[in-house]
Amino acid sequence: MSPLRRAWARFRRHRFAAAGAVIVAALAFAALAAPLLAPADPLAQPDPVGLQNQPPSAEHVLGTDRYSRDVLSRLLYGARVSLGIGAAAALLAVTIGAGVGLAAGLASPGVDQLLMRGVDVAMALPRVFLILLVLALWENAPAGAVIGLIAVTGWFRTSRVVRAVVLRLREAEFVQAARALGSGRMDLARRHLLPHLAPTVIVSVTLDVGNIILLESGLSYLGLGVRPPAPSWGNMILEGKDQLFSAPWVAAAPGVALLLTVAAFNLVGDGLQDAFDPRRNR
Amino acid sequence: MSEPLAPPAAAPAPAPSPAPLLELADLRVTFATEEGVARAVDGVALVVQAGETVGLVGESGCGKSVTALAVLRLVEHPGLIAHGSRVRFEGRDLLALAERDIRAVRGNHLALIVQEPASALNPVLTVGSQIAEVIRAHQQVTRGEARRRAVEMLKAVGIPDAEQRYGHYAHQLSGGMRQRVLIAIALACRPHLLIADEPTTALDVTIQAEILELLDGLQRQMGMAVLLITHNLGLVAERTKRVYVMYAGQIVESAPTEALFAAPAHPYTQGLMAAVPRPDAPRERLAAIPGQVPPATAWPAGCRFHPRCPLAWEKCRAELPPLLPAGAGREARCWLLADGPHVEAAP
Repeated sequence: MSPLRRAWARFRRHRFAAAGAVIVAALAFAALAAPLLAPADPLAQPDPVGLQNQPPSAEHVLGTDRYSRDVLSRLLYGARVSLGIGAAAALLAVTIGAGVGLAAGLASPGVDQLLMRGVDVAMALPRVFLILLVLALWENAPAGAVIGLIAVTGWFRTSRVVRAVVLRLREAEFVQAARALGSGRMDLARRHLLPHLAPTVIVSVTLDVGNIILLESGLSYLGLGVRPPAPSWGNMILEGKDQLFSAPWVAAAPGVALLLTVAAFNLVGDGLQDAFDPRRNR
Repeated sequence: MSEPLAPPAAAPAPAPSPAPLLELADLRVTFATEEGVARAVDGVALVVQAGETVGLVGESGCGKSVTALAVLRLVEHPGLIAHGSRVRFEGRDLLALAERDIRAVRGNHLALIVQEPASALNPVLTVGSQIAEVIRAHQQVTRGEARRRAVEMLKAVGIPDAEQRYGHYAHQLSGGMRQRVLIAIALACRPHLLIADEPTTALDVTIQAEILELLDGLQRQMGMAVLLITHNLGLVAERTKRVYVMYAGQIVESAPTEALFAAPAHPYTQGLMAAVPRPDAPRERLAAIPGQVPPATAWPAGCRFHPRCPLAWEKCRAELPPLLPAGAGREARCWLLADGPHVEAAP
């Protein structure tokens, strides 16, 4: 049995992780199928006076907001934004981080030092304020810009972890053996290092998605991420906060969704970590 | 090389013996450590002829494994192969080759087997694909062809069900099987020289014998030379034609195997042999060489063995002896062999 398949078998036995994976899968499905699942147009305001702030009912399962929009529909479309930005930014960040970590680990000590000291400096920058600054100055920044900003400021930790793994692997006997048999640097990276980096990278992406969804929601909550009227969980909470007591469902629905999503990603990340490295377990 | 040449030089070098397959001259490897510069390999010269089996023996830490790595230019930071070192293999200076060219030599005509069958295989790749990898690295063959040859190699090293074993991972094999796979990898491109660094140290005695038989057989089939690096004198006595004895980063004695075992010339070699347990000469205690190998950062002045040598005198403390002739095809790094007034000074 290949190491990946053994990890998969261990992962499936991990109850919390499996639960997290089911939630993540359900969310991904809900986001992808939002146009089919949503009972209404998320932007439609059928009756801003008569239908505003309706409590949950058969017609509006999660009620309506102050513009009479259907909260469930907005939640489903908001999932596209949250998961989409989360996944895209996490993948981009980990790709950059893994690339830099791999390069630093394989390069000469001088280049390695240069890269890693650069990372040290970058890690000292306050990420959220940096993003806020750019978004505050850049009015109507497109979603791509948000993704880019989050990714560009979010790969440092991954690069360190990947570099550490590469440094350890470089000394591994089988890497030495491969060198002794004539493997070049690219062969080594591709065949001998990447498969061993897969666990680190996969865990990194998973945990990052949760964090980035939170970060993006925070930005939207501050009015700097996804701009209204397009729904995102962050700006839904923002819109609901003024009526937290009169119409709690408006803010609670995206709040609970956010909580569940981040928790699910963290559970999956932890589960994957244990599955890849059973010795770490307990 | 088809240049229109001037007529061949009138007087070719006088009766040159065939160029050796591998020739090390003044090989020096240093490691910059916190305790200072460690001269792990310090002026090693040795020769391996095509097809022959040569032993390189010495205690742990004498520099024999570093020598092996240096031949393949695998010494890594903070290790450094010093300027002026020479490694000639099949007429080429390996130390002068470009990185691409040395890679084409490694694993192809010159292969290395390392000591640890447990960790020298990549745990996430199938063993078969690791054999195929070497073949594809050095020969223009298709995937299918590489696979076919890899299976052939698995058969050649005596692994049953080679077809199935091809798809297995290292953890599914026993230690002996793994060592066989490593041999298959090393020999996949039919090297002209195999450097075997403690090839059987990690294995049970019975498996050791099997592996050595296997190596012997394959060596005869392929006509390759073997440089056998070991601390095991028994292995050297059984398997080699010539031996180099290494101590503290230097060759201290070289001789045909039989001659060496009949009458070791260097006091260190004598000590090593006395330290081998012999069933026919029971003793209260095993003889041991007193003292320890000094650290590579602080080799003693003079002869490096003198602090542990029962025969040392002032000259040994003052001056490093060169390799001196010690009979037919033999040399030893010991002042006892220098004729002159010193001989009387020896006890």
